[in-house]
Amino acid sequence: MTAATLGAGTARRGGPAGRAARGLLHRLLPLVLLIAGWEAATRASDSPFFPPPSQIVRRMRDMWLSGPANHLYFSAEAGDSIMPSLGRMFLGLALSVVVGVLLGLALGRSEQALAYLEPLLQFCRVIPPPTLVPVFIVLFDLGTQMQVASIIFSAIWPILLNTADGARSVDPVQMATAQAFRLSAVQRLRFVIIPSALPKIFAGLRLALSLALILMVFSELLPGTSDGLGFELTNAQSQSDLPTIWSVIVLLGILGYLFNTILLAVERRILAKHRAGAKG
Amino acid sequence: MLQITGLTHSYADGHLALDGLDLTVPDGELVSIVGPSGCGKSTLLRCTAGLIRPTGGRLTLNGAPIGGVPDDLAVVFQDYSRSLFPWLTVRDNVALPLRRRGKSRAERRAAAQEALESVGLPDAGRKYPWQLSGGMQQRVSIARALAYRPSLMLMDEPFGSVDAQTREDLEDLVLQVHRNEKMTILLVTHDIDESVYVGDRVVVLNRSPARVHADLPVSLPAVRDQIGTRSDPEFVRLRAEVGRLVRGGAKVAGAAPADADRGT
Repeated sequence: MTAATLGAGTARRGGPAGRAARGLLHRLLPLVLLIAGWEAATRASDSPFFPPPSQIVRRMRDMWLSGPANHLYFSAEAGDSIMPSLGRMFLGLALSVVVGVLLGLALGRSEQALAYLEPLLQFCRVIPPPTLVPVFIVLFDLGTQMQVASIIFSAIWPILLNTADGARSVDPVQMATAQAFRLSAVQRLRFVIIPSALPKIFAGLRLALSLALILMVFSELLPGTSDGLGFELTNAQSQSDLPTIWSVIVLLGILGYLFNTILLAVERRILAKHRAGAKG
Repeated sequence: MLQITGLTHSYADGHLALDGLDLTVPDGELVSIVGPSGCGKSTLLRCTAGLIRPTGGRLTLNGAPIGGVPDDLAVVFQDYSRSLFPWLTVRDNVALPLRRRGKSRAERRAAAQEALESVGLPDAGRKYPWQLSGGMQQRVSIARALAYRPSLMLMDEPFGSVDAQTREDLEDLVLQVHRNEKMTILLVTHDIDESVYVGDRVVVLNRSPARVHADLPVSLPAVRDQIGTRSDPEFVRLRAEVGRLVRGGAKVAGAAPADADRGT
């Protein structure tokens, strides 16, 4: 309440840039306070399990940002642990999007197929994906193949089901228009059904992104892994290297936040027309 | 020429919307279809557009039976805001159906621009539909139908959701398009004045299930204007007659030849 009134008061004084900067400041304030409190508490208690944030940040820099300038300061270790993880995550996510959107569109446009398959799909969706990882370890080659399979199996459901829902709920007047002007099946898909389902596809994609991040780490915690952030986590755990454990945790938080922010920005840009259209 | 014989349609829930409707529309004629609300006007239009398959009767357009959606037919829906695609610019909305015509991108754009000019929106091409007013949006959907160069244009209560002033402008636009393009137009409306003002002929439908109740020729001059035409004694006589018929009044013998009733 206080923050809101404060924000409104200062907003009236500054220009648009000043307002944006102040808005950001107000949003960052709780985070800064939290970190400061954390720093003070951990220094006071001096527990080996809870290193102070300053030590975590130093460890993160030493591990991942101590490289040469021409590598944007990324160290070789960053390339060995962060890159394989992200590579698998994005591969899994990309395959989920391709397969999920294609199947979702097909299902959404066929009432019968959806009626038959929806209970099955919902069943698959509610299985907690980590429980299937042991199955994938047996089914697929250890390492990348199993890890990507785990990511796909978790990320594909929200995309598939949301796409199907979006494709099913295309405005009947828009479909009648497409029919009256004799658009071909491909043209209907490209100019009517996909644009109309896009808001729901993006909603599914956001869910899929967070699931993919979870499964990325989880699949790397299991035996048969030789690189990645999850591997680094188990490695550090076996050596009781708590600053490294915390570093990985903080990095995962940062990555999750970063990807979500990027996705939201892309979504806002692409869907601006849809939103305005829905309002008008 | 559009020929409708014995058109019957009952929906899956058993509701009989059309019951043996006969109607012939010669080339280049603008026929207003008017009737009490819920009488099956829209069903008639949707059957003609090939959007729904009637349960009985025969429809032919220029001699060819209408099975699916005919190739040279365009529809203007009442709900322009849902019939135009918000993610396409106005020009792309108008040009979209032309992809079926195997035209190049430049040809499609030129045709879209020409159609937009003929509805009085030469500068709207780069805008999005939702940036335009309701009346302008309906002009865009008329432009989309025009660019398609159909031999038959169907309009389903096209001015039902715009204000009175815009409505008059759009009525004049339809008259102008009809004169310039010699297009056959079937216009469904529930507005009695409008049916007389724009029509070469007014077809009055019965209360549901619809049949042709009366078929009145409009002997007003081809060039009409909102003030003069509406005070013309012939206009006043016709609107009273149509109003009486819509409310279920019986036909007065000799008032108008109802050729559609001859068959039934």
